[in-house]
Amino acid sequence: MSPDASTQLARGEQPVKVEGKICLHELAIRYHTQSGSVLALDTTDLTFGTGEFVVLLGPSGCGKTTLLRAVAGLLEPSSGSVDIAGRSLWGPSGRDSTAISKLGVVFQDALLFPWYSIETNVALPMKLVGMSKPDRLKRARELCALVGIAGFERVWPRQLSGGMRQRAAIARALAADPEILLMDEPFGALDAMTRDQLNLELQRIWMHTRSTVLFVTHSIPEAVFLADRIVLFSPRPGRVHSIVNVPFARPRAPSLNDDAEFHRIVRDLRSRLEQFA
Amino acid sequence: MSRIRSTWVTTPLILALFLGLWHWYVTAFNVSRFIVPPPAAVAESFIDLLSTPSTFRHTWITLYETLAGFVIACVVGVGLGAVLGKTPWLEKALNPFIVATQVVPKVALVPLFILWFGFGPEAKIVVAAVLAFFPILTNTVLGVKSVDLGHRDVMTVMNANRWQRFVCLELPSALPAILAGMEVGVVLAIIGAVVGEYLGGSSGLGHLAVAALNDYKVGAMFAVILLLTLLGFALYVCVGLLKKVLIPWHESVVDTVRTTV
Repeated sequence: MSPDASTQLARGEQPVKVEGKICLHELAIRYHTQSGSVLALDTTDLTFGTGEFVVLLGPSGCGKTTLLRAVAGLLEPSSGSVDIAGRSLWGPSGRDSTAISKLGVVFQDALLFPWYSIETNVALPMKLVGMSKPDRLKRARELCALVGIAGFERVWPRQLSGGMRQRAAIARALAADPEILLMDEPFGALDAMTRDQLNLELQRIWMHTRSTVLFVTHSIPEAVFLADRIVLFSPRPGRVHSIVNVPFARPRAPSLNDDAEFHRIVRDLRSRLEQFA
Repeated sequence: MSRIRSTWVTTPLILALFLGLWHWYVTAFNVSRFIVPPPAAVAESFIDLLSTPSTFRHTWITLYETLAGFVIACVVGVGLGAVLGKTPWLEKALNPFIVATQVVPKVALVPLFILWFGFGPEAKIVVAAVLAFFPILTNTVLGVKSVDLGHRDVMTVMNANRWQRFVCLELPSALPAILAGMEVGVVLAIIGAVVGEYLGGSSGLGHLAVAALNDYKVGAMFAVILLLTLLGFALYVCVGLLKKVLIPWHESVVDTVRTTV
């Protein structure tokens, strides 16, 4: 695939005519501070398809986390709208709970509740929707097995390493069977080896659940390894710079890191990112 | 394990050293028994005290006043603290008055409480409650206000309602601070009850201590103070046990070695 065919400029492009899981219409986010307002995310039109793995890539302050938090319903749009599976995320009476229920979110920190055991943490979303205790604990144990922390269901979060805690956070995000998984630099605080391992595991989990994933990172190799499509952001103000399709077949193996095409895409992205510096 | 074993050795050792120094000081400098009696005399008085039938009644009254005052302080302190912690404008508005009630020398108000509530246990309960109230209130406000913003986000993306937020996040998150306030509060409550008994009435361990001093029974007074210390210790340990039950996950309760996986 030629570089021109695999990359298109996002601005001025028509929204893709697929059934969009997440649709952003002229979404803009402005933060209001004491010293005035800052445009964190400039007007953005994007559509993410069902089952797609999209990575939002860019330097600090480019609006990628802002976009993710807007999709998660944690930030209200200053203008424009967010549609989740055809429903508007923000209604006249606040967040639409049906739209929110389709989301699972993993943050940079695991943010497990220290007063709950791992299995109770993982089961929490199911508890909040009223699932019975035996059912939700059974499901929590299945999820712990899926993310590779079987045997640690009964321990306190503080007894686990950072990587294990992040696995538990992923299990919790998957607990309510979300159609969409939002991940904000989930492995950013982990060491490189753990990170590579968890990227591989995440691919496996994603291929198992087939959910739509939005994944924020500032690591180029991580983005290329994971993504079907990379949305590159540029800073000041945060806006979509360009979109890059990543053509590799799944499942992708760690040996992909030695592939020439992989390196070409990484180099291409790096040269684009260097323009922003 | 080794830490637990070592306190079983160090605590009696330090205690023995303290008693030895006390005994040596009293005999070497020939201190009058009316000023500082030797430890053996205090021990004798303590046994006397415990074998006096009325001691149990006095202890029970002091304990009752302390616990009643402490419970009132907990209910009002935690309730008001939760409201203030959730309502920043109200906290700001009331803060000067809360600080004022704190810096007022409350012990100086005890005669007033006795005037208002009489020489019975009611006045002492009020003093105990007033003293214990402030640390419980401030710690509750602190606990409710310092809920992690990331945890709040987690509850938002899980679509939690207000009640679920309170039960699953705000309450457990604030509990360590509230219990820390209670630990200080229970000790202040016993001080409040005893100070109340010092100044008015004819029952309780505080009264017993003053009565012993008035009779020049310094040994007996030391014995009462020893009993009060043990009582305070027991209450403090009870709150500590409460922590083990309510916040077994907290750093202040367990010191587990982190599993490195």
